Amino acid sequence: MEKATVHIALFAALIAALGLIPKLMLTSGVPITAQSMGIMMAGTILGAKRGTAAVTLFVALTLAGLPLLSGGRGGLGVLAGPSVGFVIGFPIAAWATGWIMERLHKLPVSFAAGIAAMLGGIVILYIPGVAGMALMLDKSLSQAALLVTPFLPGDVIKAVITAILTQAIFVARPASVFSRSQTSL
Amino acid sequence: MLALTYSPQTRLHRLSAAIKLICLCAITSALFILPMDWSNLVLGGLALGLYAAMGHAFFRAGLRTLYGLWPFVVVLGLWHGWQGDWNAGALIIVRLITAVAFANLVTMTTPLQDMIECLLRLLQPLRRFGLNPHAVSLAIAMMIRFIPVFLARADQLKMAHRARSHRSGRWRIIFPLALGMLDDADTVAEALRARGGIIPKD
Repeated sequence: MEKATVHIALFAALIAALGLIPKLMLTSGVPITAQSMGIMMAGTILGAKRGTAAVTLFVALTLAGLPLLSGGRGGLGVLAGPSVGFVIGFPIAAWATGWIMERLHKLPVSFAAGIAAMLGGIVILYIPGVAGMALMLDKSLSQAALLVTPFLPGDVIKAVITAILTQAIFVARPASVFSRSQTSL
Repeated sequence: MLALTYSPQTRLHRLSAAIKLICLCAITSALFILPMDWSNLVLGGLALGLYAAMGHAFFRAGLRTLYGLWPFVVVLGLWHGWQGDWNAGALIIVRLITAVAFANLVTMTTPLQDMIECLLRLLQPLRRFGLNPHAVSLAIAMMIRFIPVFLARADQLKMAHRARSHRSGRWRIIFPLALGMLDDADTVAEALRARGGIIPKD
């Protein structure tokens, strides 16, 4: 109970801290932020249930008024803005990432984490993300999808880094990778 | 960690958070349900009026919070300009800015503490599904406390790396940072348990 609660708080803080890292510019001029990597890590390390809890905690505090989204955004305005789908999609993406990670328990950790992060943190996240953007900007789904494609290369890089980090943490601290540990807390 | 609340008290600060949130839901729904025409402009005017009524400094602070929307305004402007459909483009931009402005108004005039209390009250029904409100409030407090710890530890690792090498650590600190924080989390969990642990649900 205590251990689960502390780890949920820790990953929520990790996502927030990643949002404070200055943006990197890809050659195409699209800024990429490290924040969505935190969502992927919450799924691959904490697993579906705790990962969702951590990301939900982060999103709730952001909406309550802490400027923790990358670029210092926060507050209820996020729900009325064009990126609403991504913010709502964060917990869903973490759940999907964790769920896939747990299903792939027979694969090596790095492969399982890579696949889970790509499917959960990109494919699943983009569905509500694109839908929200289409709704807020009054565009069709395919037009909205066009607006977010520049972010894809950055997200693929983040999924690869997530896979490498998850593997490294699994080697050094196997008990901290809850998505793989057998012991219940 | 600075919240987005506007610190000088305004009349809206004194209103209860629940009432403000319900009003916000109603206005935002109206904004998206009503057909996109003059009604958007009326609600946009209302938002503008509310900000202006709170004083000059508040108005300026409010405008600053809307600044982040500029990339979307540019994209929408270019898109509709290219299609020659200026009217629709302008209305969508007004609707977007109005919706965000109303939401920001609530965030700016409601202290974080009130918002979290509202959140915890909304979570009460979830107790039936095994959610422990004590664990939630503890997790909120710990998350806020962990953020500066994270940043301080990252700085420490960066400095330690610089002492050993002429290059800055950059990505090389990520892994030791993650391990250190995971170990800290285990220590905190043990310390909590040693002090009696989290209060059970009932």
